[in-house]
Amino acid sequence: MSAISVRQVSKRYDPQSTDALRDVSLEIAEGEFFGLLGPNGAGKTTLISVLAGLTRPSAGSASVMGYDVVRDYRQARLSLGVVPQELVFDPFFTVRELLRIQAGYYGVRNNEDWIDEILTRLGLADKANANMRALSGGMKRRVLVAQALAHRPPVIILDEPTAGVDVELRQGLWEFIGHLNQRGHTIVLTTHYLEEAQALCGRIAMLKQGQIVALDTTHNLLHRFASHCLRVRLERPEAALALGGEAGADGWVEFALEHCADVEPLLARLRAHDVPVQDIELGAPELEHVFREIMHRA
Amino acid sequence: MPELHSRLLSSSAWIGFRTLFGKEVMRFWKVGVQTVGAPVLSALLYLLIFAQVLDRRVTVYDAVTYSQFLAPGLIMMSVLQNAFANTSSSLIQSKITGNIIFILLSPISWQSMFAAYTLAAILRGLLVGVGVLLVAAPLTHVGVAAPLWVLVFALLASALMGALGIIAGIWSDKFDQLALFQNFLIMPLTMLSGVFYSLHMLPPFWQQVSHFNPFFYMIDGLRYGFFGQSDVSPWLSLGVTAACLVLVTAIALRMLASGYKLRT
Repeated sequence: MSAISVRQVSKRYDPQSTDALRDVSLEIAEGEFFGLLGPNGAGKTTLISVLAGLTRPSAGSASVMGYDVVRDYRQARLSLGVVPQELVFDPFFTVRELLRIQAGYYGVRNNEDWIDEILTRLGLADKANANMRALSGGMKRRVLVAQALAHRPPVIILDEPTAGVDVELRQGLWEFIGHLNQRGHTIVLTTHYLEEAQALCGRIAMLKQGQIVALDTTHNLLHRFASHCLRVRLERPEAALALGGEAGADGWVEFALEHCADVEPLLARLRAHDVPVQDIELGAPELEHVFREIMHRA
Repeated sequence: MPELHSRLLSSSAWIGFRTLFGKEVMRFWKVGVQTVGAPVLSALLYLLIFAQVLDRRVTVYDAVTYSQFLAPGLIMMSVLQNAFANTSSSLIQSKITGNIIFILLSPISWQSMFAAYTLAAILRGLLVGVGVLLVAAPLTHVGVAAPLWVLVFALLASALMGALGIIAGIWSDKFDQLALFQNFLIMPLTMLSGVFYSLHMLPPFWQQVSHFNPFFYMIDGLRYGFFGQSDVSPWLSLGVTAACLVLVTAIALRMLASGYKLRT
C-alpha cells in the first residue's frame, strides 16, 4: 500500500485563474523520505493542502495510507501530521497545553511520555510551560513541528520547516525526522534548501506550474545530467572556451562532465593546447544544478 | 475487525470533540475577568442606574418593581451577547492568526466542531447569566417563579446565539465585519427587544414591530420564568426561539459541512 497516492489531481481555485495543479499523479511508498521541490507558486503547498483536506481537488483523487482524503477524511487525517508553512500559533496556551490539545484532537490522551520525548528532541524541554507568545520565531517553528508529531502519525509532511531557522535547529530537526523515518514513518518534505533535499530525500518530485516535471530517485536525478563540474583556473581562459568550457569569474573556467573518468582526457587536451592549469577543483553532482537544468528545460 | 476499527474511531472522535470543547472553555476561562467578570459588571451598572432613576416611576406588572422587571432582561441580554461573542471571537481570531488550521487538519468532524463551539458558548452564556443573577438578586429581591422555564430559555437562547456567532465568525474576514454583526444586528435587536421596557408601554405600531424581533421572545420567555407572567405566552416564545435555533443551526452546519471560507 502506498503511504500517499495522488491520482490525476487538478486544482483551479477560480475559473479565471490558471491551474494550481494540473493532472498530478504520484505514489509515495511507506517508509520513504520524499522531497517535493519547485519554485514558489509551483503548486507544492496546494498539493499538500489537497492531501491534508484543506483544499478540495477540482478533479482526481488522493489518499493517505489508503484512505481517500475526501470520503474517508477522518482516517486520512488521523494518518497524517502536517507542519504548515506559515508560522501560526495559538497565543492562549503554553507549549505543553498546546501539544496535549493537539493530541486530543486526534483522539490521543495521556501521552505525556511521547510529548516529553518530542519536547526534548526538538530542544523545547525548558520551554514546555512557556506561553506561545513568549517564544522566538525559531522556537515557534519547533512547536509547529512538535504539534504535527503529537499524535504520532505514520505520514509526516513538512512544508518548508527550516525556513528562517538557525543551523543548530536544522541539524537537530533533521536528526529527529531521520530517526522517525528509520522507525518507519513516511516523510514528505518541501524545502528551498536543495542541499537539504539532496542529503535527506531518497526520491524527489519537481513541480513547475502545477505539473510534475521530474520524478525519480535522488541518485538518478543527480546523474541524469552532466553533473560533475571541473573548475580550472587558467592563464589564458579564452583558449579553454574553444574546448567547451564556460567562463567564470577571476579566470576560472567550468567544464560539465558526465563522469569523473572524463577529467584526465580533458586535462590532456588542455596540455595539448598549451594552456597551463594554475588551480583546479572538482565539484560533486549538485541537486541545485539539476534543479536549475530541469526548471530551465521544462 | 471493521467493528473494532469503527469503535476506535468513534472513541477518538469523542476525545476530539471533548478536547475542542475543553479548549474553547479554557480560552474564555483563562481571561475570565474579561469574558465573565466584565459583562456582569456592566449589567450591574445598568441595574444600579436604571433602578435608581426609574424604580418609583415605572411599574410594569402588579407587585413587580421596575428593577425586578429589569433583572431578567439584563440577564438574558448578557447571555445573548456573551454566547455570541464566544464563538464569533474565537473563530475570527483563529482565522486571522491562522491557527484554525490545527482544527482543520484534525479529524474532528464538522458536526463535532459545531457541537464543541456551541456548547462552550452555552457554558459562557450561562456562567455570565448566573453571575448577573447573583448580583441582581440581593439588589432587587427578584425571585424565580418557574426555574425550568428560566433554564430552558437560557439554554436555547445561548445555543442560538452561539450558533449565530459561528456564522458571523466564519463569514467575517476581518474584525470590522464582525463588528457590523454586533452593531447592526445584535445591538439593535437587543435594545428593541424589551430588555428595558414592557411591550405594553409601546405605541401599538411598535408593539407590532417588536413581535418580529426574535430577541423579544427570548427575553419575554425568561421573564415568564421569573414572574410567572409575561407579555406573550411562554409557549409562543418557546416556539419562536426553538424555530430560530433550528434555522440558525442549519445554516451554521451547512457552512461548516461545505467548508465555506474555511477550506478552499
